Amino acid sequence: MSSPSYYQGLAKTMMFTIILVSFAPLFLITLIVGYQYSVAYKEKVVAHMRELVLKHDQNVDSYLDEKVAEILVLADMGGVASFHDEANLEVLHNSLVRRHGSDFVDLGLVNSQGVQVAYSGPFKLRDANYADADWFKAVKKHQVYVSDVFLGLRGFPHFIIAVLLEAGGQEWVLRTTLDFIAFNKLVENIHVGETGMAFIINRKGDFQTTPRRDMTAEVPFLKCLIKGQNGHLDLVRGRTTMVTEINPSTGQETIFMTSPIKNGNWIMVYQQETSDAFSDLNQARNLAAVILLLGGIGITLMAFFMSRRMARKVEVSDLEKDMMNEQVIEAGKLASVGELAAGIAHEINNPVAIMVEEAGWIQDLLDEGLDKFDNKHEIQRALTQIRSQGTRCKDITHKLLSFARKIDPTIKRVALNGLVQEMVLLCEQRAKFANVHIKTNLSDSIQDVAASPSELQQVFLNLINNAIDAMDPGGGELNITTRMDNGVVLVSIADTGCGIPKANLSRIFDPFFTTKPVGKGTGLGLSIIYGIVNKMGGGITVKSVLDEGTDFILQLPSAGGVEVVQSKDSIPRLLTTNMRI
Amino acid sequence: MISIKVLLVDDEQNFLCTLNKRLSKRGMIVEVAGSGEEALEKLESFVADVVLLDVKMGGMDGLTALYLIKQKWPLVEVMMLTGHARVEVALRGLELGAFDYLMKPVDFKDLLYKLEDASMRKAYQEEKILARKRNKQKIEQSPTVY
Repeated sequence: MSSPSYYQGLAKTMMFTIILVSFAPLFLITLIVGYQYSVAYKEKVVAHMRELVLKHDQNVDSYLDEKVAEILVLADMGGVASFHDEANLEVLHNSLVRRHGSDFVDLGLVNSQGVQVAYSGPFKLRDANYADADWFKAVKKHQVYVSDVFLGLRGFPHFIIAVLLEAGGQEWVLRTTLDFIAFNKLVENIHVGETGMAFIINRKGDFQTTPRRDMTAEVPFLKCLIKGQNGHLDLVRGRTTMVTEINPSTGQETIFMTSPIKNGNWIMVYQQETSDAFSDLNQARNLAAVILLLGGIGITLMAFFMSRRMARKVEVSDLEKDMMNEQVIEAGKLASVGELAAGIAHEINNPVAIMVEEAGWIQDLLDEGLDKFDNKHEIQRALTQIRSQGTRCKDITHKLLSFARKIDPTIKRVALNGLVQEMVLLCEQRAKFANVHIKTNLSDSIQDVAASPSELQQVFLNLINNAIDAMDPGGGELNITTRMDNGVVLVSIADTGCGIPKANLSRIFDPFFTTKPVGKGTGLGLSIIYGIVNKMGGGITVKSVLDEGTDFILQLPSAGGVEVVQSKDSIPRLLTTNMRI
Repeated sequence: MISIKVLLVDDEQNFLCTLNKRLSKRGMIVEVAGSGEEALEKLESFVADVVLLDVKMGGMDGLTALYLIKQKWPLVEVMMLTGHARVEVALRGLELGAFDYLMKPVDFKDLLYKLEDASMRKAYQEEKILARKRNKQKIEQSPTVY
């Protein structure tokens, strides 16, 4: 009965429900677990970085401290005089190189004017003038000074440790150059993932170690970063600060882990691109996304096909149900006919019996002889009787036929009064034997209704049969009234029977609900009526008082201007048929 | 042929009329009644041998009439007549003491035989009762024999 769009809608609803129900937990789990995992993983990665930086931080500091301490020992033990002697200086230098590897590139003594008076090392730097060098100025202030890395006179990156000595009222400076390469190795070896690397930078933004790749472009940014750190008051040794910013030179989000070394003069920077640092996490995230996507596609496809299949099944079963309904109505009709059969059989056998007796009587008279008495007349009377009884039989069979035809659901314009009368006539015999007196009060002003005549017949037949049953022992009165009410045709079928108990009142329209003994009623009558009247757009209400009677009221919409097939069928013909029961 | 006294009960006047004529022609004494109530009334004055009773009638139905007849006149034989066969009605009728059960339309010869049988049974029953009465009287009258 329903349109295809209804099933499409049904399929859509089913599909979205399936998708929602299957997706929601999947999505939620992925989200929650993913979030928890990423938080835990990030913490772990950052902690690892911090540890790495701190460790190297300490390494660098202790390396520098160690070198400074060694030079100080040398300064304490040697004295200016021994350093002044270049041969002696070379011995000391050689000893240092031997014992400490090639860390100490050279060793030199500078006088207060900044002139290197003694030198031991690979470069010819004796008499070099350091008066304007930054470190020379600084060492005079600080006693011990470790310089930044610079190119200096030799044009090679290096840094020096200088110690101020005093001898004979003169200031001397013992300086040594530290091997930049060896120092570089301290941080160069920090190499994590693809982009993770460390370098040391001074406050001015000069690299103190060689970064693994060319980073000159990043210097302004790094300067900015370092300056930003100056603001932090908690910048003390042993603290690392993590900043995540977009590196302007690479355009990638990068993690910067910074830590001050050499009393805050230098800063160790460890940097790694976020995507690289969290590559495992990203991989896991990608995997989850892929699974989610594939799962989603799977669920959607499954939902699509399953819902379509289900909708098709529902459609088929609805179709079957509709067909079943039709069959049930047909069966209900047969049951009604069955109930009628008793009355009809008696009804038809009565005239037949009369005809048989009349025929017998004629035979009797013929045996006697036609000439006797007024036998001829008597035979004629008997023949007339047979004819009239035959007509009666014909009426009965026609009446039955008009009802027992197959149900035709075609909607037609139906004159209700005629149909009601026809059904009353059909039931009259039954009513007579049940001592039920049927009274009709049919209003002339009622409009036609648009309905299937055969279905309406069934409605009235069932209601009248029920009413007669309700008055079974003892009989009673059945009042059938038709009238117009607000453009609606009202038909009331009221009996004076046993009534319906309140408990049953709500169930009487349920299929298979019956109070009749097994085998006597199908329990379909009222439910079929309900279905038919509902389909017409009408309604049915029931008022019942126990032991006083029941009143079924049908509200049938009038045909009005609705264009319906004009009934050319048996209804008017039946009305004019002379019926006698 | 013994003149059997028959009461025909049916709500079909035409049927009663014709059957009346045919049975009368065969020497039976026939009375007709259009309903159960009328039948009971008729029986008060008309001593019938057999009542031919339609089961389905308006007003008092056949089975009730049968019951009342049997209550009041147990010796009267009743034949049930019906338009359609319903076993439970037939059984109920026989339980209530009906002689037989016939379907409309009835074969006339059958009807005649059955009516004869019924009247014969009634006569036999009456004979038996009469004989018993006579025996009783004899016994009552003969205590002096001993």
